[in-house]
Amino acid sequence: MDNFIAARSQMALSLGFHIVFSCIGMVMPFFMAVSHLIWLRTGNPNYKNITKAWSKGVAIFFATGAVSGTVLSFELGLLWPEFMKHAGPIFGMPFSLEGTAFFIEAIALGFYLYGWDRFNRWFHWFTGVIVGVSGLLSGILVVSANAWMNSPKGFDYVNGKYINIDPIAAMFNDAWFSQALHMSLAAFAATGFAVAGVHALMIIRKNNVVFHQKGFKIAALFACVAALLQPLSGDISAKDVAKRQPAKLAAMEAHFETEKGAPFILGGIPDEKEKKVNYAIKIPGVLSFLAHGDFKAEVKGLNSIPENEHPPIAITHFAFQIMIGLGVLMMITAVIYFFALWKKKEWLTKEWLLKLFVIVTPMGFLAVEAGWTVTEVGRQPWIIYGVMRTADAVTPMPGIAYSFYVFTLVYVSLAVVVTFMLYRQIKMVNILYDVKEGVQ
Amino acid sequence: MLYIVIGFLWTSILLYLLLGGADFGAGIIELFTGKKDRQQTRKTLYKAIGPIWEANHMWLIIAIVILFVGFPVIYSTMSIYLHIPLTIMLLGIVARGTAFSFRNYDAIKDDMQMVYNRIFAISSFITPLFLGIVAGSAVSGQIDLSSHDFLNAYIFSWFSWFSFSVGLFTVAICGFLAAVYLIGETKIKEEQKQFRKMAVSMNIAAVICGGLVFLSARLSNIPVYTWIFGNSIGITAVIAATISLILLWYLMMQGKTIILRFLAGFQIAMILLSVTINHYPNIVILKTGHLSLVELRGHDKTIEALGTALLLGSVFILPALFYLIYSFQKRKDSSYNPDH
Ligand code: HDD
Ligand code: HEM
Ligand code: HEM
Repeated sequence: MDNFIAARSQMALSLGFHIVFSCIGMVMPFFMAVSHLIWLRTGNPNYKNITKAWSKGVAIFFATGAVSGTVLSFELGLLWPEFMKHAGPIFGMPFSLEGTAFFIEAIALGFYLYGWDRFNRWFHWFTGVIVGVSGLLSGILVVSANAWMNSPKGFDYVNGKYINIDPIAAMFNDAWFSQALHMSLAAFAATGFAVAGVHALMIIRKNNVVFHQKGFKIAALFACVAALLQPLSGDISAKDVAKRQPAKLAAMEAHFETEKGAPFILGGIPDEKEKKVNYAIKIPGVLSFLAHGDFKAEVKGLNSIPENEHPPIAITHFAFQIMIGLGVLMMITAVIYFFALWKKKEWLTKEWLLKLFVIVTPMGFLAVEAGWTVTEVGRQPWIIYGVMRTADAVTPMPGIAYSFYVFTLVYVSLAVVVTFMLYRQIKMVNILYDVKEGVQ
Repeated sequence: MLYIVIGFLWTSILLYLLLGGADFGAGIIELFTGKKDRQQTRKTLYKAIGPIWEANHMWLIIAIVILFVGFPVIYSTMSIYLHIPLTIMLLGIVARGTAFSFRNYDAIKDDMQMVYNRIFAISSFITPLFLGIVAGSAVSGQIDLSSHDFLNAYIFSWFSWFSFSVGLFTVAICGFLAAVYLIGETKIKEEQKQFRKMAVSMNIAAVICGGLVFLSARLSNIPVYTWIFGNSIGITAVIAATISLILLWYLMMQGKTIILRFLAGFQIAMILLSVTINHYPNIVILKTGHLSLVELRGHDKTIEALGTALLLGSVFILPALFYLIYSFQKRKDSSYNPDH
């Protein structure tokens, strides 16, 4: 395996792994805080049990998220030393603030997980809220660092030198808001559907139904609100990409020729040699509308961009299609659920509705991975868009392939063990948390 | 502001060595505890480090972030030439952190516990070993920026008797710190005695490994001796460390745990001070030349922003951290069950 490809694969693997745990680390504390709050107010023991069951899951995920994040902070240098040499001082501001946010999160988590029956109950609850807020904040901050790679700001690049560095301007680059908003919603949708799906499955199997119904409701509500907002925020992102990274937008849509009233391409297989998309459904004018808010507007095609600055088209296009497809499915699920809550209460206990949630379980996370593929692969061949090429940033050390194999092995085994532990947590619910109605 | 940032960097490294170190040490102790006492040791250990281990390891991340934001050339040079030991250290961090939380949160306690325990104990040894190797290699002038063949650039930059001696020394220090810390964490007389014995043997191990460091430095012409004894602050620090060692032995017999911990921490701080002060501000010594924190600092505005972020962060973090440690210290006697 080529050194450069190995480095890219290792980075992608590590990030793709970390993101799952960080999403859960960001979102679960909010779910816990809600159910904890309900318990504090109503005294219903089911809610206390859910909070505790969830908090054990969070402890497992948090530890895995933290170590995989630690790996990342080294990997930036281990794999991309040339990039970090120049970028570190410019986009480092969010990372240094993030350090603070992580620290507070870790401290608050210590209070929360080990603080049952030891502190004032409201103080204890509040530390849980802090875990969520600081987790979300760290997520937003890292994404702002990533946004800088897409839309570099806060320095001047003159004759190969980076001068007039302004780390604050770099942090508030053009892409940070749209990316941070979209990412935060994605975290809620992905985690929410994953958790709701597991509880739905347990209800179908008639295991501890009361317990799982309570958990399902909290998770499903968060997930559905996020899933409704997600396409709106995706639209903001798309308009933003059209402005700052026309090559990425063109690759997302496999849009080869610049044209007015450009069609939206659904599905299809891009043929990079012939510069066309086979077997696709084209919806006239919609791409122009999505990118610029006007059905007639001109959308830049790949032909307006030098060949050696094209991102990989097929991957970007497929990933984008997958994200959108899954996003639409989740949105439909959300619409059905809200309709049921509002008009058709009897649907809520129907098995088909629960089955729908079971099917949707993995979709949020798949969409997250696909979305990041769009963002990262669509930025290629640049590591800092328009400034530094990824190939120039890679470490000179040979043999990265071996390190990639080792990390793959480690991450795959971790994924297996975490899944196995989660399975055992769920299996033990009857024994640990079985609450007969009205009895504590 | 530069000096504030450097101060934070030094402090984070020290705190990682002390707190993260005590944490690693707990695993090392488990590794060296006889089978029959291991179960009890594990329980004490979990109670002692459970609530704070996550926070303890944040110091490493803070140090890394300071390095790559404020001193990017130093960060990227170390990342290139010490790639292999850094990677091994990372794998150790991953294995250890996950095994620790898996064994406590696995809902069913069965044979898997054995697997987690093994991984936890072994990686508690490997991680500080390679941390020490990285530190030893950084200061010993083994990194050669002009070499281009694989062996010289990426292997002999860290593979040496000296680096391994520093690694072992780090392991022994971690074990020692943990043993001293754990004495105060248990009420069981038998166990206290056991930790005390452990502290003594770890201390002896540290002295032996320290001797190895000097010996290997001698053999490879690394002037460790002059670094440490080359200036008055270094000498003072060494004397202070020695005196505190003697006091420590004395107090250990008396069972004064708080002062004991303070002294152990003080001793490590003095050791770190004595080895860093003499070649400050050069944090990495190369085969030819060195990397200086002052010369290679990032842009002024970056340092300014970084310093502000760190100061601001400490306003939030330090009180919360102290309160966390304080509350779990105060209430550790109250009976509680971690599964609850
Ligand atoms: C639950 C996950 C999820 C769902 C349902 C969607 N997305 Fe998304 N999308 C992400 C999760 C995501 C992400 C993983 O979070 C990304 C990667 C980078 C980022 O900021 O968000 C992303 C990136 C991303 C980008 C690239 C942004 C950039 O490079 O700066 C665009 C244009 C869209 N999305 C558009 C959409 C549209 C139009 C959707 C309509 C349904 C949509 N996304 C649904
Ligand atoms: C967690 C979500 C993320 C995922 C799943 C992700 C995914 C990827 C993928 C697939 C690549 C390889 C692209 C290619 O080589 O074709 C990549 C590269 C990279 N990403 Fe991300 N990324 C994420 C977030 C981030 C963030 C937040 C940062 C930095 C702040 C970042 C920094 C990088 C760097 C430095 C590279 C290597 C250079 C490159 O290939 O462009 N990524 N990532
Ligand atoms: C989009 C990408 C990312 C998001 C949304 C994200 C978010 C998070 C969150 C929420 C956590 C808290 C852990 C948890 O609660 O489970 C975390 C942990 C961590 N992340 Fe990431 N992260 C991303 C990418 C990165 C990158 C690129 C780096 C490194 C350069 C990084 C470094 C870390 C570190 C060091 C931790 C551990 C902190 C701790 O011990 O609590 N993350 N991340």
